[in-house]
Amino acid sequence: MAELTYRDAVAYGIAQEMRRDPNLVMLGEDIAGAGGVFKTTVGLLDEFGPARIRDTPISEQAILGAAMGAAMTGIPVIAEIMFSDFIAVCFDLLANEMAKSAYMTGGQLSVPVVVRTANGGGSRFGAQHSQSVENWCMMIPGLKVVAPSTPADVVGLMAASIRDPDPVVFFEHKSLFASKGEIPEGEIVDELGTARVVREGTDCTIAALALMVPRALEAADRLADEGISAEVIDVRSLVPLDTKTVLASVEKTSRLYTVEENPRLCGWGAEVASIVADEAFWDLDGPIVRITTPHIPLPAAEALEDMAIPSVDRIYETVSKTIG
Amino acid sequence: MSIDLNDPALLDYSQRPPRHPEPVDPANDGLPIPLNVRTDLYKRVQELRQFEKRAYDLFMQNLVKGTSHLSLGMEAVSAGFAAAMQPEDYVFATYRGHAHTLSKGADMGQVMAELLGRENGLLKGKGGSMHLTHAEANMMGSYAIIGAHLCIANGTAWSAQMRGTDQVTVCFFGDGTTNIGAFHEALNFAKVWNLPVVFVCENNLYMEYTPIDLVAAVPNPAADRAPAYGLESIVVDGNDPDAVYMVAADAITRARRGEGPALVEAQTYRHGGHSRADPGKYRPADEVEAWLDRDPIPMYHQRLLRLGVPEGRLSEITQDVARRVDEATEFAKAGAHPGEEHLFTDVWADGGSAWRN
Ligand SMILES: Cc1ncc(C[n+]2csc(CCOP(=O)(O)OP(=O)(O)O)c2C)c(N)n1
Ligand SMILES: [Mg+2]
Repeated sequence: MAELTYRDAVAYGIAQEMRRDPNLVMLGEDIAGAGGVFKTTVGLLDEFGPARIRDTPISEQAILGAAMGAAMTGIPVIAEIMFSDFIAVCFDLLANEMAKSAYMTGGQLSVPVVVRTANGGGSRFGAQHSQSVENWCMMIPGLKVVAPSTPADVVGLMAASIRDPDPVVFFEHKSLFASKGEIPEGEIVDELGTARVVREGTDCTIAALALMVPRALEAADRLADEGISAEVIDVRSLVPLDTKTVLASVEKTSRLYTVEENPRLCGWGAEVASIVADEAFWDLDGPIVRITTPHIPLPAAEALEDMAIPSVDRIYETVSKTIG
Repeated sequence: MSIDLNDPALLDYSQRPPRHPEPVDPANDGLPIPLNVRTDLYKRVQELRQFEKRAYDLFMQNLVKGTSHLSLGMEAVSAGFAAAMQPEDYVFATYRGHAHTLSKGADMGQVMAELLGRENGLLKGKGGSMHLTHAEANMMGSYAIIGAHLCIANGTAWSAQMRGTDQVTVCFFGDGTTNIGAFHEALNFAKVWNLPVVFVCENNLYMEYTPIDLVAAVPNPAADRAPAYGLESIVVDGNDPDAVYMVAADAITRARRGEGPALVEAQTYRHGGHSRADPGKYRPADEVEAWLDRDPIPMYHQRLLRLGVPEGRLSEITQDVARRVDEATEFAKAGAHPGEEHLFTDVWADGGSAWRN
């Protein structure tokens, strides 16, 4: 077991797969010589060389286009989009092109691309460099969407995403880069579409993603002091979505909370809530409660950003007040 | 350039001064192209012309639903490039992609069936006219959002570069496409990565309904932009199969040798409207007439006669194509409408569509 930061786990996971598959390549802005603006790709150029780790112009459409074209010929490609907010300038490539080629061509083409991108708030960067945009991608048929919360999951889900034959958007959370965790020895390969119960409990289920997972866990600790036993689920993968794990948990706890960093409207928790309402309504003892960032652009000032994004306090207070 | 906002031509484009075609260069008779290649080019333009005419008829009979964008009048561009390509080369097209898909060897019947939305279509009815793809022959798709596929074409070129093959990617698009960001990203990217890709602008003088000279900052929307990306300005008569073939062969050969990308602007004209039943009334009547007079096919027919190909050989080719188009039509019409079992297949590479457990 080695302890790694979430940041280092990114390069660790990519390196594991690059050693396994000599065809795997990566491209993006400032990823090679500079090691990435978040230093998530440090060391990769040295080990794998400039033909496999390639710097690009500031041309997000060209980046995703090149990734897609190469992938259609069978070469697996990792493309980095520096900040997830920038997905908006190349959304055509994601939403209209990669996502639809398999279907539109009657299965003639597939697109084994992983689009890695730094997502989420907490860095006081303001409204254009802090968004949680997983819901932008989740709503497109043909895209898979993953957002790990721990270094070990970064490695395992990275491997699973790279080995997946479909386009996967891989959200790395900016505010988790400095967090640390144990990485098991040897090759780590996880599975897409699997949520994980990260804390068992009996009184309520709290489903969370990425940065919201450690916050939900901390809130659960405080709830325990009050005698409330919260089960925390790390959703990990939005598409495919592991509804079984959530439904099984709700069957046990009878209460569901979602903790979402995305702005409220059409956040991933809305889909989870709707599925639980449809399929586990009679298990529920109370309304499903969504704890989200409000429907506003994110402010820059730390005081304001901290009010906007669900905090440990807000999760704790919301559950404590509503669980009845 | 100042714009007179009271100019009637701004309200009714058909009042604009016409843009007549350049006359055919008589020297092109003497281009060093073997006669067997020229006969092949003739067969190719005939296939595209007759197929597209039939597609139009079927549209008018309401058998082709949705939309379709024909290459009638523009056949020489597709034929000239296809004849200069190797089978392993990659092709990308726009929604105006019937011609390029056929040129890369897709079965006429399957293409026709796809236009009719049938199960025996090239894409099982799931893509339609605008998304024709024949991956088996490295025809990597037809793309209906302006610009994106130039970026994707860089990817197959990058793949060839990485794998060390000598495959070239040829990417077709229209004049209107030169005004979208993806065009500019793709050209710069191709140049800085020295990719083996040939970008081909089929300049038919109009985007949808707006004349290109009203919306482009330069007279030749592709060629005049080429120098900004370190590329040569290349303009070719897109209505002359031989002229296109020569330029194509040169650009493709250079890309194959590792000399990097090229951008070719082929000037041409569509005989019909932009799509479907668009009558194209926004074009000055004498302009349309002048370009119809420059129809690539009768011109090429005459050239081949001058070069000694017997009339009998040309009509044999024409009739053979006519028979194949009839067969393709029968094949397409006989196809079943796809059943529900196709609705949920092929979202993912494993053939399925599950998004949850
Ligand atoms: C991004 C985008 N904007 C607008 C359209 C609508 N549209 C479809 S075809 C077309 C005209 C394109 O003109 P050109 O590139 O000259 O190609 P042509 O149809 O003449 O072959 C437009 C504007 C589109 N498909 N995609
Ligand atoms: Mg045009």
